[in-house]
Amino acid sequence: MSSQVIFGQLVVGLINGSFYALLSLGFAIIVGLLGIINVAQGTFYMLGAFGSWMLLNYLGIGYWPALILSPLGAAIIGMALEKTLISRVYHLDHIYGLLLTYGLMMFIMGAFIWIYATAGRPYPVPEELRGGFNLGFMFLPKYRAWVVLMALIFCFGTWYAIEKTSIGRTLRAATENPKLTRAFGINVPALLTFGFGVGVALAGFAGVMAAPIYSVSPLMGGDLVIVIFAVVVVGGMGSILGAIVTAFSLGLLEGLAKVVYPQGSNMVIFVIMLIVLLVKPAGLFGHQR
Amino acid sequence: MSHAVETKPTAIESPVASRNVIVALNVLGLIVLLAAPFFAYPLFLAKVLCFCLFACAFNLLLGSVGLLSLGHAAFFGSAAYVTGHALKEWGLPFELAALLGTASATLLGFLFGYVSIRRTGLYFAMITLALGQMIYFLAFQLPFTHAEDGLTAVPRGKLLGLIDLNNNFALYYTAAFIFLAGYLLIYRITNSTFGQILKAIRENEPRMVSLGYQVERYKLLAFVLSATLAGLAGATKTMVVQLASPVDVHWATSGDVVLMAILGGAGTLFGPVVGATLVEMLQFYLADSGLPIQMVIGAIFVFCILVFRQGVVGEINRLMGRG
Repeated sequence: MSSQVIFGQLVVGLINGSFYALLSLGFAIIVGLLGIINVAQGTFYMLGAFGSWMLLNYLGIGYWPALILSPLGAAIIGMALEKTLISRVYHLDHIYGLLLTYGLMMFIMGAFIWIYATAGRPYPVPEELRGGFNLGFMFLPKYRAWVVLMALIFCFGTWYAIEKTSIGRTLRAATENPKLTRAFGINVPALLTFGFGVGVALAGFAGVMAAPIYSVSPLMGGDLVIVIFAVVVVGGMGSILGAIVTAFSLGLLEGLAKVVYPQGSNMVIFVIMLIVLLVKPAGLFGHQR
Repeated sequence: MSHAVETKPTAIESPVASRNVIVALNVLGLIVLLAAPFFAYPLFLAKVLCFCLFACAFNLLLGSVGLLSLGHAAFFGSAAYVTGHALKEWGLPFELAALLGTASATLLGFLFGYVSIRRTGLYFAMITLALGQMIYFLAFQLPFTHAEDGLTAVPRGKLLGLIDLNNNFALYYTAAFIFLAGYLLIYRITNSTFGQILKAIRENEPRMVSLGYQVERYKLLAFVLSATLAGLAGATKTMVVQLASPVDVHWATSGDVVLMAILGGAGTLFGPVVGATLVEMLQFYLADSGLPIQMVIGAIFVFCILVFRQGVVGEINRLMGRG
């Protein structure tokens, strides 16, 4: 087996890991802040990708503006849904939040399949990022390097914002003790909506990044959310850093599995989840609660 | 531990006066079950009954213990595959094939339960969904599942070597018998001491632990029973529609069964039957209308969660002033 193959698959793994990380991070923010298991996280990823496709094909707006506009659009849709529908189930058992977002996912996905059918639509790699670097032992396409770089920057940037800045402190306060936070004059419902918007925007951003790599299709986010569940279970619920680290590691392991045992590669994440559950039920970075 | 489902007291707590109503309703239900194939297409009805049993089996877990499983398609589907393989490749009679299929669901239920029962609530739901997805991938990889095509044109065989199940009425009454047996078993389980313990665990788990109950064992048993009955439903479905495909193990099937239970009323015993019938009828009629089924199902889901959490039977119970 050539090193070319191994490094090639490792890069694929790293790319997948980047998407897992962006989505899991958004997911972790939403679950930490609102206590909502957002099953529709993969749908917002799809919306992000479709948004950039629509901008290009209907309005002639290219990749770079789409990188901002499309996640913003996804966030606006997400915040509207949070304000009108999702906020109505906060006082109920968490299971209802999960089921509500499941229904939303079915609805949005169904609507897109109805209009655009399930076939994939190509999205061109932006001109500036075509070509690649020859590293000697392998060929690294520029766009792939860009995706990994951006994912790392965004993940650790978000982590930093939540753990180290004052807006992050306010968000964490609203999670820990919403009543007391309100007593300090902070508008907690607006903060929750904002948090949901951030989580969803990260998914939309991942979608735009994914559009040139995978073809744009209404089905693209459907199975992804299950991988995110596994990532969050392995990393431990409530740990943002855990979600990021786990996402990248699992992506890499999945890439390695493609080299060693291709038939089982799409199961490797779930097998790891099983092992972690048996050995450390709270997850690698989580604490039992 | 919080309430997973908004529940109503069960039949045993209801006053004597309304007990007559319940008896009357049960008799009526039995008559409908027996007479239905004379008024509608038996094959379709038999399929509906399979999903009714599936929904009831699922609800044994959600309604009694308050555990939301998002991986029940794994049990339904794996039993469907095993039964299909036994019927088609080994030429076994239906009752043996169904037994094998159901047994495989039991085994899988034990494995899933053993891993997932350690966590509750959202974690439990996410873990079961991820485990279910594993089975979905397996359905594409294993040598005998035939990838996307699944097992097609599965022969129905003969029941007990005597009755040809290709006869629509024989097929319907076999499915009806299996459904009724499964439903009565669930009724029995729910109203047994075991069922009461499950309810107590749902209401206040720490208290049950402090009373000395080995809570995890009870939960695991409930999980295995639920998986077994879901498997029985899947096995019967393969015989009825002569097909076991990846759709049977897909997460959307797990989602459908959640909707069936909640739409009908997850806090009630009969609710899932109503829910399953409604969802199946909806899918049947929408198939010709050109409207996207997924979108409609999603909309109903959202509607149920926001304003109709008791479900059809739950709401009727409420209007009748019971509970």
